[in-house]
Amino acid sequence: MRHRKAGRKLSRTSSHRLAMFRNLVTSVLLHERVMTTDAKAKEIRRWVDWMITLGKRGDLAARRQALKVIRDKNVVHKLFADLAPRYQDVNGGYSRVIKIGYRRGDGAPMSMIELVDFTGVEKKRRRKKKKKEKVKAEAAPVEEQKAHVEEEETGEAEQKVEEEVAEPEVKEAQVAAESGEVGEEKEVETTSSDSEEEQKKEE
Amino acid sequence: MAVPKRKVSKSRRNKRRTHQKLNTVNLIICPQCSEPHLRHRACPECGRYRGKEIIEFREE
Repeated sequence: MRHRKAGRKLSRTSSHRLAMFRNLVTSVLLHERVMTTDAKAKEIRRWVDWMITLGKRGDLAARRQALKVIRDKNVVHKLFADLAPRYQDVNGGYSRVIKIGYRRGDGAPMSMIELVDFTGVEKKRRRKKKKKEKVKAEAAPVEEQKAHVEEEETGEAEQKVEEEVAEPEVKEAQVAAESGEVGEEKEVETTSSDSEEEQKKEE
Repeated sequence: MAVPKRKVSKSRRNKRRTHQKLNTVNLIICPQCSEPHLRHRACPECGRYRGKEIIEFREE
């Protein structure tokens, strides 16, 4: 039983795990912000706290202990000279984990771990959306505003829907379905069906 | 070998399956870009969480 045994195994042998955590903690201290899986990010927090606590102790013994874990001498220097003073008034919790989403390929839940006073901005390349999707994305906020209008004044919104052709209605339904809000969805459905009936009457 | 005595009726089968259901995903609307995203996660559209924590996307 693993009752009361802290820490994740991450499907690795202890040597593999140790090596991985040493690499990870070195990267976190060097770059101050790292993207990794949820489990690794949560596990590395304790290592980061441990290292920064060593840095705050600041003596030679602490430095040697840090050198046993951190793979890069320059990072150890940064830890003792730069990071430790920054956290002089903080007691633990030097890192922050924010969930990001799911990795393409294996669907692993991804997180971002950063030192709490990290101020930079992560720049990430992203593929340009296809034209159709882009049009949809541009139209989405406007149509959502309309959805809000519909909540308040259903009568006027129906008239607006009538004015537009059949296509926007479909898009609107899609947007509502994506947003997953049952209330909106229902309303859009009812309004679109109403307008369809009215269109038939007009014909 | 033990074997079922009777065919399981549609009613019984369906009753058994009432507990097999999917839950709706709890989405919220991003206060910055009004796109839907999962709770407790940074918005994949604008890269913000609680108003900041910016991941800047550069479209190519």
